[in-house]
Amino acid sequence: MPNRDRIKAFLTLLPSMILIGVFVYGFIGNTFWLSLTDWGGVAALAENPVRNYAGLTNYKELFTGFLGGGFRQDLVNAVYYSVMLLAGAIGTGLIIAILLDNKPRGEAVFRTIFLYPMSLSFIVTGTIWRWLLAPQGGVNILPTYAGLKPLEFKWLSSTGAIFEFNWQNLLLIGLYIVAAVLIVAGLMAIKQDPPRALKRFLLPGIAIGLATWLFGDLLPKALFMEETHGFNLATIGIIMATIWQYSGYTMALYLAGFTGISQDLRDASMLDGATTAQYYRYIALPMLKPITISAVIILSHISLKMFDLIFAMTGPDNAETGHPALNMYLTTFRANDFAKGAAIAIILFLIAATFIIPYLISSYRQRSTR
Amino acid sequence: MKKTIVAMLVAMAAMLLLVVGPAQSKGHLSGQLEIFSWWAGDEGPALQALIDLYEKAHPNVEVVNATVTGGSGVNAKAVLKTRMLGGEPPDSFQVHAGQELIGTWVKADRMEDLTFLFKEQGWMEAFPEGLVELIGTDAGIWSVPVNIHRSNVIWYVPANLDKWGIKAPESWDDFFAVAPKIKEAGVVPLALAQNWTANHLWESVALASLGPDNWDALWTGKLAFDSPEGVKAWELFGKVLEFTNDDASSLSWQQATDMVVDGRAAFNVMGDWAAGYMSTTKKLAPGSGFGWAAAPGTGGEFMFLADSFGLPKGAPNRDNVVAWLALLGSKEGSDAFNPLKGSISARTDSDLSVYNDYAKSASADFGKDRIVGSLAHGVTANEGFMNDFASVMEMFLKSRNAEAAGKAAQQIAMKNGIGK
Repeated sequence: MPNRDRIKAFLTLLPSMILIGVFVYGFIGNTFWLSLTDWGGVAALAENPVRNYAGLTNYKELFTGFLGGGFRQDLVNAVYYSVMLLAGAIGTGLIIAILLDNKPRGEAVFRTIFLYPMSLSFIVTGTIWRWLLAPQGGVNILPTYAGLKPLEFKWLSSTGAIFEFNWQNLLLIGLYIVAAVLIVAGLMAIKQDPPRALKRFLLPGIAIGLATWLFGDLLPKALFMEETHGFNLATIGIIMATIWQYSGYTMALYLAGFTGISQDLRDASMLDGATTAQYYRYIALPMLKPITISAVIILSHISLKMFDLIFAMTGPDNAETGHPALNMYLTTFRANDFAKGAAIAIILFLIAATFIIPYLISSYRQRSTR
Repeated sequence: MKKTIVAMLVAMAAMLLLVVGPAQSKGHLSGQLEIFSWWAGDEGPALQALIDLYEKAHPNVEVVNATVTGGSGVNAKAVLKTRMLGGEPPDSFQVHAGQELIGTWVKADRMEDLTFLFKEQGWMEAFPEGLVELIGTDAGIWSVPVNIHRSNVIWYVPANLDKWGIKAPESWDDFFAVAPKIKEAGVVPLALAQNWTANHLWESVALASLGPDNWDALWTGKLAFDSPEGVKAWELFGKVLEFTNDDASSLSWQQATDMVVDGRAAFNVMGDWAAGYMSTTKKLAPGSGFGWAAAPGTGGEFMFLADSFGLPKGAPNRDNVVAWLALLGSKEGSDAFNPLKGSISARTDSDLSVYNDYAKSASADFGKDRIVGSLAHGVTANEGFMNDFASVMEMFLKSRNAEAAGKAAQQIAMKNGIGK
């Protein structure tokens, strides 16, 4: 009686569906509604605060308003931060995993050592690294032990920035990025299916790129004044601390994957004359694609909601190392600007969704084809 | 068996009634009193002294000491907001006196007017007039100040100044006259720390540049931040910043004070909790080990900040709170609390013999100086402005553009209902 089974299954799932519906999706909906109001300012904390519908004012203010500059810098920081963290943590984790996969002596000890930072809370990591990166101590005085001059770099308070761009040109840059992504995708697909790659990716990519290059000046400016944002060098310290904490985790993920690959496969490839490097490049890594994907998903959403580490390392009000999550907390609970805080939360949520939803769709598809 | 238990319970209940009953009829208080504050660390003993006094006077009240740690109440304020929004206010909570309280809680109609208590206790005369004005509005007085701290103080080590052959500057021009010389000797003329200490320095510099009348006008909206006077204050601040350390934003205020103590810096502008830090933690004697003066150009002016407690509407044990507030404002209460906290009493008649040398000098100034409110510590502007001002400051620290900073400050003043 499949029907009765279905009812039973539904009834078993119902409580968690209701709870998740209310406490996750209900509150996301509520936050979204709040972000469309003007709840904030004077009397925001009254017993029955006045909340008027204000449309997308808060979003507009954040992206194009005079006072939204801090948020925009935070957003740029978050993007650079995510990219660097992904590259750093996955790269380092992978290298350590490959080294350990070749069973050096004391492998178990090393594994524990590398995984250990994972068990610390971000507040502890942040405090340790704040001390290590202090301007006149820690890392900066390391060279003096070798008789060299101490380093002068201000890990957490440098005001320098690289890769700067003008926020006014946001649309322009966005279009260039779209064009670049399309062209790269097209080049990658061209071997397998030339006509499709040409039609789907290469030609539109080149067209968009050309059009932007020729007519980019006609695009509306995203902001009424010049405002440059870039990758602040002060975030390097925070990125280092996060990589230190998470590379052990990606190492564990990869190591588990490597040990899951049958030894026969490795032996066979070696018999066919593959070097160790070739084995990892052409056999092991492609087999571990699901692991890479889940590492990317996990790390990217961690980097998007990073709060405690930054708070411990540089505190609030440090524009150089700001992050939207920190900004959201301060806007909401310090400035009492609840509507704007909700808007920042929704923006973060949407960015996280762009990472996670494609992953969910693809894994759903895989399951249904199986 | 059961019966005996029931009988015992009944007897105990009756006894309780007998004990409590007469106590109430004598006008004593009972029940609970929940005090919400961020005084957990070094300030814990000072708060405990007050609680001990309260418990002695009202032995039937159970005092619940709810603290949430974190300097300046960063965490406590967020917890308090969630509790208030959730309809579960504590009986009384700590808050910086002035607009930080008024802008957030009074405007939201969450506080009771305490004018009746001020009149009943004779505090209108006991507190300086300027103070009562700054912690109240037209509609009432909203909190009882427990302590007074001074913001515009410049700190130094007298022996070091002698060594370099300089004196504590009386104006910023004096400072600019000696600063290059000190800088050449490899000493930082003025030690600075992370963002909020820049706000702290700004208010002393701006007060010197604007003068007390214009400073007050700034906060009533009569003077704009982007007026010539306002921009001049930013320009002076920019000039002062040239003589500060460039690793400021990774230092805590204690580390900036340490720079002065170790002789790596000549001066530091900080509130007078620095006196407590230097005398208690660094074991320096006030006067000889470390010296102080009003921040340059602000002699005769006392920029104050105060911690205070108020009476939220709907407090579960209102009578207990009123008794608590009466204790806070009393001479006995404030003289028990302040020597331990390292602050001075808000009353002009406190018993100076129990205070240290720094506090004695600060008390004397508090009695005679012109009193103005601090921005960085919540007296003159609401929380919205303070939060936005921190980003304006970050912008200025990066761009050093006085004109733009003045404009931005005016914008956030308009947005937060200060400017007109």
